[in-house]
Amino acid sequence: MTGDRTGQGTAAMTRTKPAEDPTVTAALVAEHGLAADEAVRLDAMLGRTASWTELGIVSAMWSEHCSYKSSKRWLKTLPTTAPWVICGPGENAGVIDLGDGLAAVFKMESHNHPSFIEPYQGAATGVGGILRDVFTMGARPVANLNFLRFGRPEHPKTRHLVAGVVAGIGGYGNCVGVPTVGGATGFDPAYDGNILVNAMTVGVADANRIFYSAAAGVGNPVVYVGARTGRDGIHGATMASAEFSEDAEAKRPTVQVGDPFTEKLLIEACLELMATDAIVAIQDMGAAGLTSSAVEMAGKGGLGIELDLDLVPTREPGMTAYELMLSESQERMLMVLAPDRAPTARAIFEKWGLAVAEIGRLTDTGRLIVRRGGAVKADLELAPLVNEAPLYDRPWVRPPPPAPLDPGHADRPLADPAAALSRLLADPDLASKRWIWEQYDSQVGADTVIGPGGADAAVVRLHGTQRALAMTTDCTPRYCAADPETGGRQAVAEAWRNLCAVGARPLAVTDNLNFGNPEKPEIMGQLVGCIQGMAEACRALDLPVVSGNVSLYNETDGRAILPTPTIGAVGLIDDWALATGLALTRADATVLLVGGTGPGHLGQSLYLRVFGGLTAGPPPPVDLAAERRAGELIRTLIAARHISACHDLSDGGLLVALAEMALAGDLGVTLALPASDLTAGRLFGEDQGRYLVETAAPDAVLAAAAAAGVPARPLGRTGGTALTIGDAARVPLADLRALHEGWLPAWIKAT
Amino acid sequence: MRAAVIVFPGSNCDRDVAVALERICGRAPARVWHRDRTLPALDLIVLPGGFSYGDYLRAGAIAARAPILGAVIDAAARGVRVLGICNGFQMLTECGLLPGALLRNRGLKFVCRTVGLAVGATDSAFTAGWRAGQVIRLPVSHADGNYVVEPETLVALEGEGRIAFRYAGDNPNGSTGDIAGVFNPARTVLGLMPHPERAIEPAHGGTDGAAMFRTLAAALT
Repeated sequence: MTGDRTGQGTAAMTRTKPAEDPTVTAALVAEHGLAADEAVRLDAMLGRTASWTELGIVSAMWSEHCSYKSSKRWLKTLPTTAPWVICGPGENAGVIDLGDGLAAVFKMESHNHPSFIEPYQGAATGVGGILRDVFTMGARPVANLNFLRFGRPEHPKTRHLVAGVVAGIGGYGNCVGVPTVGGATGFDPAYDGNILVNAMTVGVADANRIFYSAAAGVGNPVVYVGARTGRDGIHGATMASAEFSEDAEAKRPTVQVGDPFTEKLLIEACLELMATDAIVAIQDMGAAGLTSSAVEMAGKGGLGIELDLDLVPTREPGMTAYELMLSESQERMLMVLAPDRAPTARAIFEKWGLAVAEIGRLTDTGRLIVRRGGAVKADLELAPLVNEAPLYDRPWVRPPPPAPLDPGHADRPLADPAAALSRLLADPDLASKRWIWEQYDSQVGADTVIGPGGADAAVVRLHGTQRALAMTTDCTPRYCAADPETGGRQAVAEAWRNLCAVGARPLAVTDNLNFGNPEKPEIMGQLVGCIQGMAEACRALDLPVVSGNVSLYNETDGRAILPTPTIGAVGLIDDWALATGLALTRADATVLLVGGTGPGHLGQSLYLRVFGGLTAGPPPPVDLAAERRAGELIRTLIAARHISACHDLSDGGLLVALAEMALAGDLGVTLALPASDLTAGRLFGEDQGRYLVETAAPDAVLAAAAAAGVPARPLGRTGGTALTIGDAARVPLADLRALHEGWLPAWIKAT
Repeated sequence: MRAAVIVFPGSNCDRDVAVALERICGRAPARVWHRDRTLPALDLIVLPGGFSYGDYLRAGAIAARAPILGAVIDAAARGVRVLGICNGFQMLTECGLLPGALLRNRGLKFVCRTVGLAVGATDSAFTAGWRAGQVIRLPVSHADGNYVVEPETLVALEGEGRIAFRYAGDNPNGSTGDIAGVFNPARTVLGLMPHPERAIEPAHGGTDGAAMFRTLAAALT
């Protein structure tokens, strides 16, 4: 171990010799979260009692996080293939072919629990972890996105959590030099005790130089690079650490601490090494640290692996084998190198001031053997750890369908639509999130064509080319709670719509399934329903799921979060100059509504929640065939330069979308609507599959829509400095802006 | 124009400014590693934005003591133009090539947005492409851009025409006198918080930064 960066911390020491390993008892096994049947399986597998280190390794590999034991059966039902998919789920991230020798590498991952305990570090290390998943595969990260859910704004903790999470995302992403270009933030009492921090990274790689984790080559060196290992994050939150402490030393908090500076160096060093032929396999040390990286690399390669933990670069002396195998210290990677290429790696990592150490080698034994101080601390067969992790077909119940909503809600004429709009625009879920995204560097890389707030999806140019990636994160949890299947379908459809709205061809998605306790049949029913809906939508829209993450047990005191299957979607635009934003661009243009012309669906709408105090009725139905027709029409219109602004209709419906377009462009609109259209349903209903477009060629748009079988109709004209709604209302944009932009900063400042 | 971009561990705008220089000036700049101690013959040295050395201790403080900075300071003394952008500006105040210091933003938060800038002195190789008082728009993206300087130095800066840019209307960080960028006495060294390299082509949504690189190329070729 050499090449240590000057100034790297050496923690104050209270213990210099490793503690004695405790004897493994049934109670200790249970405290590691192993169910009774899993404990029996462990004994049978070993033919003896597990050692302390072995128990730690097995319990980590069989944890829900690593094994997907509750969700795997259902995850398998998601479509994962398409001609453009280079690598689907199972690797560090998904890979899709972009043509011209380039590939997009992306994934989304949750850091929910750590972010609730320590919002800054929890969110920061969430960003760091997902970045590593992407550059591990040989991609340079080009964009970060996120999807955040917090408890109700009135909850005493919410303000602190929002401020900390946002600062953490910015603190990490800004420093590593990857632009944070998009995201979504919402509030609901169901997240009071369990916030959601889902982070997504998109990277770009040479399509012929993707790096995988399957180890190969008996005798090849196993090399550790990156930051040194400390006692942070050992075994997440599952351990009652006090009972395992051999002395008075308190264990480090279970939330890891991130160092984005080291991550930046690690990105550059890894990409530099990847340009050589030294690397056979590589995997980042994420959850369960050295354990999961070593087990998965050797397991996937069908080989064995021996590690000498005395060679691991450490931040503090006296760490046990158990601690070294389970530490979740950040900014670390494990690599298998080609024979005799260790010097190449050493030179590059030393140049970047990072630790590098050969800590073991591959064997043909099919076993993981871990040594510490000359003694064998673990000797486990790998196959059962990887392939025979327990899988559960947990019982589930489909929730009862929600009662239909009294149509009187939707048909109700609105005397003052402008007042209703004003109130909605200042609702926490609809208010501008500028206060959040101005804390993120959204431009570093100088390829951000459309950043936060500019469109339904972010657009980042492929460096040095005319093409661009579009990307978005989306989910409407209240729809998922009311009807999981429709909610799952809607999350995918809206992500697809967001990409179409900027003119991109949607290519693939990653998912982050956030749910409560799957051992409860009703929660399992939410998970199953959402996955079924997602699978159906992904098939109908040709959107393979190429990577994903599952976060279960998001419950506090028996109260679960709303089912939240976050979708991250990626698409491609052939010419960045065609990317279309949501801001109105010119006066005297026509605003048209494209897509569904139903009576206005108010069930589960924000309007109903704000004005009726109701979360009731079924969510809006999703017609996937109509969705596809409308999206393809929009893309055709954008490619033909017929539309100059586009925004999909989602939370808040027609008037909210229109106001967002007007505010972004600082340009008014006059809507010519008959009185019969001035109902709550028409103005604020959340019918799916719809877009608002600005056009100077309305006839061409209407003709194309008619030819495509997509309903479309003119609603009004751009111009002036106010939003005018028929004869009923006129509200200056300045007033709307004050409300829309004002809520979040005022709420953060309030004490 | 022979230009070089100094690359520090943690620099993250080095590529962006190199792309801007090559695109506008037609010649790729050299990239010089922070551990080097010598520079080739140059007309322009760029200290790029980012988080050199993680911004540990203070933003720019460790970079100001990097091995290459000796060569940068020597070159500046010979009149080689030095441009410090964002973190580079912080390095220039830390190493003494420019007066003052850059403190944490008044709002205590990182801020990334496009702001208006009034151009000050235009008799420099950096700013000759603009009219004095002209308002241009460039992105800022920083946590430590609150420029402070002693009152007597401020008087000197103003009297000697050494204010390069002031925020026009929207001061994102609370800097003294709305200062966004300053020159050395010879106006051969410029430090500024905004990022001209992020506003050079239509894809950036604005091209006001291009004039700086165009003017440098014209003056130094």
